[in-house]
Amino acid sequence: MSMMAMTIRNSASRGTMMSRQIYGLRSMSSWWKNVEPAPKDPILGVTEAFLADPSPDKVNVGVGAYRDDNGKPVVLDCVREAERRIAGTSFMEYLPMGGSVKMVDETLKLAYGDNSEFIKDKRIAAVQSLSGTGACRLFADFQKRFRPDSQIYIPVPTWSNHHNIWRDAQVTQKTYHYYHPETKGLDFSGLMDDVKNAPEGSFFLLHACAHNPTGVDPTEEQWREISQLFKAKKHFAFFDMAYQGFASGDPERDAKSIRIFLEDGHHIGISQSYAKNMGLYGQRVGCLSVLCEDEKQAVTVKSQLQQLARPMYSNPPLHGAQIVSTILGDPELKSLWLKEVKVMADRIIGMRTSLRESLEKLGSPLSWEHVTKQIGMFCYSGMTPEQVDRLTSEYHIYMTRNGRISMAGVTTGNVGYLANAIHEVTKSS
Amino acid sequence: MDSVFSNVDRAPEDPILGVTVAYNNDTSPAKLNLGVGAYRTEEGKPLVLDVVRRAEQQLVNDPSRVKEYIPIAGLADFNKLSAKLILGADSPAIQESRVATIQCLSGTGSLRVGAEFLKKHYHQSVIFIPKPTWGNHPKVFNLAGLSVEYYRYYDPATRGLDFQGLLEDLGAAPSGAIVLLHACAHNPTGVDPTPEQWEQIRQLIRSKSLLPFFDSAYQGFASGSLDTDAHSVRTFVADGGECLIAQSYAKNMGLYGERVGALSIVCKSADVASKVESQVKLVVRPMYSSPPIHGASIVATILKSSDMYNDWTIELKGMADRIISMRKQLFEALQAKGTPGDWSHIIKQIGMFTFTGLNKEQVAFMTKEYHIYMTSDGRISMAGLSTRTVPHLVEAIHAAVTRVA
Repeated sequence: MSMMAMTIRNSASRGTMMSRQIYGLRSMSSWWKNVEPAPKDPILGVTEAFLADPSPDKVNVGVGAYRDDNGKPVVLDCVREAERRIAGTSFMEYLPMGGSVKMVDETLKLAYGDNSEFIKDKRIAAVQSLSGTGACRLFADFQKRFRPDSQIYIPVPTWSNHHNIWRDAQVTQKTYHYYHPETKGLDFSGLMDDVKNAPEGSFFLLHACAHNPTGVDPTEEQWREISQLFKAKKHFAFFDMAYQGFASGDPERDAKSIRIFLEDGHHIGISQSYAKNMGLYGQRVGCLSVLCEDEKQAVTVKSQLQQLARPMYSNPPLHGAQIVSTILGDPELKSLWLKEVKVMADRIIGMRTSLRESLEKLGSPLSWEHVTKQIGMFCYSGMTPEQVDRLTSEYHIYMTRNGRISMAGVTTGNVGYLANAIHEVTKSS
Repeated sequence: MDSVFSNVDRAPEDPILGVTVAYNNDTSPAKLNLGVGAYRTEEGKPLVLDVVRRAEQQLVNDPSRVKEYIPIAGLADFNKLSAKLILGADSPAIQESRVATIQCLSGTGSLRVGAEFLKKHYHQSVIFIPKPTWGNHPKVFNLAGLSVEYYRYYDPATRGLDFQGLLEDLGAAPSGAIVLLHACAHNPTGVDPTPEQWEQIRQLIRSKSLLPFFDSAYQGFASGSLDTDAHSVRTFVADGGECLIAQSYAKNMGLYGERVGALSIVCKSADVASKVESQVKLVVRPMYSSPPIHGASIVATILKSSDMYNDWTIELKGMADRIISMRKQLFEALQAKGTPGDWSHIIKQIGMFTFTGLNKEQVAFMTKEYHIYMTSDGRISMAGLSTRTVPHLVEAIHAAVTRVA
């Protein structure tokens, strides 16, 4: 799953350079002629292929971006209103390296709780980041710089870009069991074994809710057990929370795993994204936070996170942060946002039910219980890459080859077609 | 529980951004911020260009606009227009599809992504940067894994270009080394090579097969002309050779906080450019997945409308002219005051900054006694000056020069 950039060093041309004349450089070869074309990103490449398909029946259940029941992208009303208020009013000055303080403060409340003692005690080092990717990357770079001997344990499977992020940060990666193909659920005992067997003080990447790509989350009770074992092993928990509010429809409920760890005294790290739950995908708005021992350490850690951001992009983009702080800072807009998030989550939950029922009605010999047990944007269907290829070539249905269906792309208009196609390619398995 | 990060030490304040922090904490009504390079009007206020406001309104009033992820390489029309802006609409490199352009987070992001690409795919990992240069340059390249060497650039004796030193140092660079060039309005000195000197630099670089990496943060902002300020870049591209270019819209479109810029890699062939672009995307994806939509949308809206483009060039010239006028006023005032020393560099240097030649102690004195905030290397941002505040600055400089060694 990890992308290996194919690199071949260009040493061939060096020897021929010296004898060339200064003008007329067209005869010189390129520095880059040995650069290989990079493989397409497995997720984003799906949408490219979809867009290129002329078939009127085509269905895109590839990339994880929300669609309404007409299959159209959505800009939330609260976002439109926030934008209207912002346009024409802001000077576009540089934000501080750590980003918008207002946005970060509101964002921490979502993750840690409105009345969090950690916020009151100023124990959280937090910076605005370039969505979830940027938060994970900043943390990975920070981990590399200050804990160079540490590795990161990543669940199997995970969002494919996680591997790229920690690889480019040059942090060694290990994996831990997560998904159980037989049950299409959580391999809890496998997970706990791996947590137990990891060396004390290991760093773990956890999906706070709505695991991507499987949609399989631990139960509350399982989270408590995981937290206890982490405590015994003194492991560091880094939560990637990209779907708060989007999973169950209730942001407080979706933050439960994090709250359990906080109650148990862990000093965690969190990556938060507004891409999905506020529909701000292209704005690239998120937040990285690290809970520290005390205020002094939080100031210190934040200063070092800024030192990593400065040579990457200097300071983060303004507009998306303004949208977030406008919404979360206004009780009416915040209330509207919470309603709109619930609408999105509910539609997806409704589509899960529809898809499962449609498959059962078609008389599928397989169990599709996991479609409604899994949560969040994605359903890990259990289909093989070959079956997925058939869906694409015969039915113009686009998804990633790991069998991950983006439920956000399912509508009342296409669920029947999708169910039928899935049934056709799986009925003899 | 003990923190796993208890070994972390507090990082020093950023020297440039720290100046504004100190300025904000000063309660004196006479305080003057000549630190950060952000444009200010004659009234000392930040400026949002009129065309930017118009583009903003256009975007917010368009109900068909969505906030989907844009491609990893950014908005296609933004990229094409940015390449045209720096290379010229008639550039053969563009017509031959030899330019890979990737939207990045302003100049910083373009430099970092370009440097990471070079680290992965280029046979040399040393970059030569001018002495002095923008404080963030060495950090950007170091974090990308490149090693940094310096070439002589500023001559304190003349407060101008140490051209001989530059030629010697670049002449001694290993074949294939990367060379960072400020396209115009060198930061922090404001000292640029003349066109004749640029031509010699180009010949030397090509003869040694050095790889030019242009940082173009002030196109249009320096002389007031977009074409004039792109001249150095265009002569390099015209010779058919390869180069990298980091473009920023922070200053020339006043889009500072929106982080809009572009990395262009000019290649020998379209095929190579296409492969190069695909590899640059692999650098971007694990860094931030895809760039932000808003700022680039504003830029594309302006660049693709000939009316808005024209209006932009007028506003841009207005900003450049005000800065040039400030230079003249400061110089003439120092002459009139009889302040010891040759201050002609103030009008010879170009762009947002003047390297005054004042030393650390004199700077500290000016901050303490006159509440003037600038970086300790003696760099002042001309954009922070106005007709009203020139006299105060002249008093301060005069006092510093006559009372502090």
